[in-house]
Amino acid sequence: MVATSFTPMASLVGGVLIGLSAVLLMWAKGRVAGVSGIAARLFPPYEDGEFAGRLAFVAGLVAAPVLVRLATGSLPSQTIEAGTAILIVGGLLTGFGSVWGSGCTSGHGVCGLSRLSTRSLVATVTFMAAGMATVFLTRHWS
Amino acid sequence: MAILVQFVIGLIFGLGLIVSGMSDPAKVLNFLDVGGIPAGTWDASLAFVMAGAVAVTFIGFNRVLRRARPFFAERFFLPTRNDIDPRIVAGPAIFGIGWGLAGFCPGPALTALGFGSSSAFIFVAAMCAGMVLARFVAHLPSLTRFVAPADPLET
Repeated sequence: MVATSFTPMASLVGGVLIGLSAVLLMWAKGRVAGVSGIAARLFPPYEDGEFAGRLAFVAGLVAAPVLVRLATGSLPSQTIEAGTAILIVGGLLTGFGSVWGSGCTSGHGVCGLSRLSTRSLVATVTFMAAGMATVFLTRHWS
Repeated sequence: MAILVQFVIGLIFGLGLIVSGMSDPAKVLNFLDVGGIPAGTWDASLAFVMAGAVAVTFIGFNRVLRRARPFFAERFFLPTRNDIDPRIVAGPAIFGIGWGLAGFCPGPALTALGFGSSSAFIFVAAMCAGMVLARFVAHLPSLTRFVAPADPLET
């Protein structure tokens, strides 16, 4: 594992930006900023005519680091330790589970909790616990 | 215009993920690693991301939802379900395992594409396959008899 430093201020500011984005999407389109829901609906079956807007949102997510690199000349560190097999299994589970549970960290964890949704509270506690249990098993089980 | 606005909203979200450190899987895994508390390797930063995001969203949603309608849409699209069914536990449990394995949840994984690493592309390709599979299974006629949400993708 790679040690990371505790960054409460930067993380708080980043969280505020994420919240600002969620509020703006609700103001503009009246929709919850759930990344898994937005990404999953880029694939068929298409239920409404919002494809272009969803693609634009995802393009913004992908463009953010490109913009940061253009503006500052560098990017913050990103360490991906997982090998190909773990990336594939982890990706499949993340994609399947977030759609099966109607949301991920953003849809349930940020927007759902802010709406005081019981379902989102159950979902958030569950994926936090499952994530912590998984890391515990992979790092400390021997 | 609405499309451009949604691009900017996605951009702000992505910048938030980068500034907060959530775009770094190592940081996310160190947050999830509560077993690292005794050794001092636990990184509590992610709790501050959640706190900042929820505080702003809680206040902002309250104000925005008092408006008659969104700026670029006819009405608000809010989840209405409040029942606790097996899927609201099973789905997040499966997602949480995937999150704990690689350190990516869907937002940071997509933003990681812009960092240009091949690992992010592999993860996102698998994630999209998982999403398509979940929607396919949810739409199977044999299953919709038992679980009958009108919209399986509420968020």
